[in-house]
Amino acid sequence: MQPKYNRFVTRDRNWHPPAYAPGYKTSVARSPQQALMSMQQPTASELTGPDFSHLRVGPYDNDLLMNFTQGEGLPQGERIILFGRVVDQFGKPVPHTLVEMWQANAGGRYRHKKDAYLAPLDPHFGGVGRCLTDDQGFYRFRTIKPGPYPWPNDVNSWRPAHIHVSVMGPSISSRLITQMYFEGDPLIPLCPIVQTLKDPEAVETMVGRLDMANSRPMDCLAYRFNIVVRGELQTFFENQ
Amino acid sequence: MMKQPNTQPVSEMMLRETASQTAGPYVHIGLALAAAGNPERDEEIWSEMAKPDATGEHIEIVGTVIDGNGDLVRDAFLEAWQADAEGHYQADYDLRKPFNSFGRTATIAEQGSEWSLKTIKPGAVAHPNGKLMAPHINLAIFARGVNIHLQTRLYFDDEVEANRECPVLSRVESDNRRQTLIAKREEADGITRYRFDIRLQGPGETIFFDF
Ligand SMILES: [Fe+3]
Repeated sequence: MQPKYNRFVTRDRNWHPPAYAPGYKTSVARSPQQALMSMQQPTASELTGPDFSHLRVGPYDNDLLMNFTQGEGLPQGERIILFGRVVDQFGKPVPHTLVEMWQANAGGRYRHKKDAYLAPLDPHFGGVGRCLTDDQGFYRFRTIKPGPYPWPNDVNSWRPAHIHVSVMGPSISSRLITQMYFEGDPLIPLCPIVQTLKDPEAVETMVGRLDMANSRPMDCLAYRFNIVVRGELQTFFENQ
Repeated sequence: MMKQPNTQPVSEMMLRETASQTAGPYVHIGLALAAAGNPERDEEIWSEMAKPDATGEHIEIVGTVIDGNGDLVRDAFLEAWQADAEGHYQADYDLRKPFNSFGRTATIAEQGSEWSLKTIKPGAVAHPNGKLMAPHINLAIFARGVNIHLQTRLYFDDEVEANRECPVLSRVESDNRRQTLIAKREEADGITRYRFDIRLQGPGETIFFDF
């Protein structure tokens, strides 16, 4: 008797950016030319995935104001709460799933040995966070709003302010890495990486919304970013 | 009227998935802290999937990621998902266990732009059709310039019989393409090591899966 696993809603590859998107120049030599091979019948290898509930996450792992210096000094920048809910395509919350994020500092500089942008490092800011969603699928980080930064694509390309967000979901089939942009940023429509998406509605799924109700007076603003991962289809019928 | 994000139905019942974006050149800051040159936290998800006391044949896997120009990709990040020696996926990730089915690695410029994993040879896992799939490791590849991660499978060249019978591998019609999924065993320093180079584009392009 084989264990039964739920299938997932087919990933719409016209909704996601294509591998080859010449406006984003690095994709040109890094995009497969052959068609993807369809796994006609997904197996346990695709339908299962890691459960990180037992990963020992530190008390400041989701608090980027504190986690680099353990509170010895606060970073520069606009203090924000980044929060949201991870749900699947049927709206079902995804509890206890790992959400990870990384970002530049308020000046647009990353704490990475390869980043040499003019903006200085912030001695009080690392730029990494992680947490597990709660029983209802909610996650929460405290951080600063990252700055935009220039990058070598077109002669004068700038990334809109963004936070890189990674989520596992119920299986490796739902694995997703995206970037959250900030509502109203005029750099969003100019960005070659954003433009890898064909559908403006798909871009909307990556925009975090200012949420005044969840902001803290005299402390920090809040941005809400809900994440939708692939839906698990219930198995109604078996071949037999 | 402002649109609510992530609530656009594709049918009356369904939401659209949040769109993917490249993990970028600085993915290490978030997911591979040491590779960014940054301090690690108490527990990190990394490349030692099997500790010395894990059951099974201990192996090391090394490889590169090569772009369409034939150049080594120096900023790739990979995730592995595999069964244990008995052919079971151990979903519960816990660093106190001798073996975890999940691991992460990255191509490190200082190490010849190679990635590596310390693990055990996975057991065979059943296909829904009842046949056994040959031992394999699922790999996901993320990098700057990769807009949505690529998914492949690593098989082993010393599993000739099992590979021939594998219901997934045997679906690949082209023998040349099938070879792109097969890691080559090399004996070195008393360690069983397999090499698996991933070609993103062009001659010898690795097979990538949609599932
Ligand atoms: Fe970035």
